[in-house]
Amino acid sequence: MNAIDFTNVNKWYGNFQALKNINLTVNKGEILVICGPSGSGKSTLIRTVNGLESISQGEISVLNQPIVDTPAGKVGMVFQHFNLFPHLTVLENLTLSPIRTLKLSKQEAADRAMHYLQRVNISEQASKYPIQLSGGQQQRVAIARSLCMEPEILLFDEPTSALDPETIQEVLDVMVDLASDGITMMCVTHEMGFARKVAHRVIFMDQGEVLEMATPEQIFSAPQHPRTQQFLNQILSH
Amino acid sequence: MLKIFKPVFSALLQIALLGLGLWWLLDSGAQSMGYQWQWDRVPDYIAFYEDGEWWPAELIDGLFVTIKISAISLFFTLVIGLGTAMLKLSDSVVGRAIATGYIELIRNTPLLVQIYLLYFVFGPVIGLDRFSTAVLALSLFQGAYTAEILRGGLNSISKGQFEAAKSLGLSPFHTYYDVIIPQLLQRTLPALTNEVVSLVKNSSIVSVMAIFDLTTEGRNIVSETAMPFEIWFTVAGIYLLLTLSLSALSALLEHRLGASWRTQ
Repeated sequence: MNAIDFTNVNKWYGNFQALKNINLTVNKGEILVICGPSGSGKSTLIRTVNGLESISQGEISVLNQPIVDTPAGKVGMVFQHFNLFPHLTVLENLTLSPIRTLKLSKQEAADRAMHYLQRVNISEQASKYPIQLSGGQQQRVAIARSLCMEPEILLFDEPTSALDPETIQEVLDVMVDLASDGITMMCVTHEMGFARKVAHRVIFMDQGEVLEMATPEQIFSAPQHPRTQQFLNQILSH
Repeated sequence: MLKIFKPVFSALLQIALLGLGLWWLLDSGAQSMGYQWQWDRVPDYIAFYEDGEWWPAELIDGLFVTIKISAISLFFTLVIGLGTAMLKLSDSVVGRAIATGYIELIRNTPLLVQIYLLYFVFGPVIGLDRFSTAVLALSLFQGAYTAEILRGGLNSISKGQFEAAKSLGLSPFHTYYDVIIPQLLQRTLPALTNEVVSLVKNSSIVSVMAIFDLTTEGRNIVSETAMPFEIWFTVAGIYLLLTLSLSALSALLEHRLGASWRTQ
C-alpha cells in the first residue's frame, strides 16, 4: 500500500520553479530521507504533503486519497523551530488537538500524552512551559505532540538544524526509535549518519528536481549524478 | 527600611504640596468669583438613606449606565476589531478593501459627527433604539483603532504557530481560539487597555443622545442645583476611579497571562 504518491507535481513561485516534475511513491512504513543544498525544494516538497504549500500542477495523494481528504492528524509534522505553543504547558501542548479534534476526554488525552512523553524520555517535564526547556527537549516534545494524534505519516523538516550539537543526538535517538516502529517517515535532514542507519531510500534534490534516488549504501558509496557526488563530498568531508 | 521609606515619604510630601497649591489656586479663584462651595450637598447625589436602606442616587445610576454601555461596547469592539484585523490580513481583495475603507472612514471623522449620523439618520432608518445606537456608535469607533492594534499583534505571531496548529489538524476556529488569540491578548494587552480606558471616556459623548449616563446625570444635577464645581469634580473623580481600576485590572491580567512565558 502506498503512503504518499506524487504524480507530475510542479510548483512555481512567480517565475521561479520550486518543484519540477516530481514523480515519487513513498511506501507504507518506509523511511525516506531527502537531502540536497538549501533552496533545492526539499522543504517545499514535504510541506506539500500536509497542505502547508499548495502545488501548481499535478496530484498528490496520501493514503490513496487526495490530500484534501486526509483525516486530521494523520500526517504529523516536526518543524525546524519546534513551533510549540508557548502559552501552554508541555502537557497542554500535547493534549490540545486530541481533545479538540479527536474529541478525547481530558483524562484520555492526558494518559496518551504521558505515554508519548515517556516514549521520548521527557515525562518529568510535563508541567513546564516550552521556554523552560532546552532545544533538544523542545524538539522531543514536538515529536511527542505529533505522535499524540497517532499519525500514519510523520514529516520531519530539518528537525536538528536549529539544535546545539550536544542535543542533536537525543533527538536522533528518538527518531531512530520511531523508525523501528513501522511509521512512514519523510525526513529532510543533513544527518547522513541517521540516513545511513535507518533510511530505506535517500533522495537527492537540486533546483526543485529529484536528481537521484537510491538506497543509502548506493548513494553514499557510489552516487551516480555528478551533482550528488559534489554535494556529498562537501558535507561528508569534515 | 529607610531606603524604602525615604523616597515614599518624599513623594507623598511632594504630592501633598502640589495638591495644597492647586487647592489654594482653585479656592482663591472661586472666592474672587463669589462662588459658594456646597460640598455637603454632594453625597445626596451619590447615595441616600431611606427606610433603613441605602439607595443609589443619580450619580450612581449614571455610573451603572456608563459601565453597562462600556461593557457591551467593549465586547463588540473586540469582535469588530478582530474581524477587521483578520479581513485586512486576508487574501481577499474585497475583504481588505472593506476593512481599509472602514478603518479610514472611522479614524478620520469626529466621533460626535458619527454619533449624530447614527442617531439622526441611520438609527431611525434601521429602527434602532437609543441605547443600541449608542453601543453601535462606540463599538464602530473604538473597533477601528482596536483593529489596527490586533493586526499588529497578529503580524507579530510567527507563521510557525499557524503551521503547527494546521499540521495537528486543529480547525481554524480552534487555531484562533486556543493558539492565536491567547498569545495575541498577551502581546496587545497594554495597548488594548488604552482602548478600554478611552472607550469608557468616550462613552460620555453619548450624553448628547439623551442617554442617562454619568455625564448626563452630572449635567442635569448642575442645572438643578447651580453647583458646577462640586458636581463636575465629583463626576471626574468617579470616571478616574473607574478607569484606574480598569488599568489595575489590566496590570493584574497581564501579570497572570504572561508570568510563565513572557521572557520569550
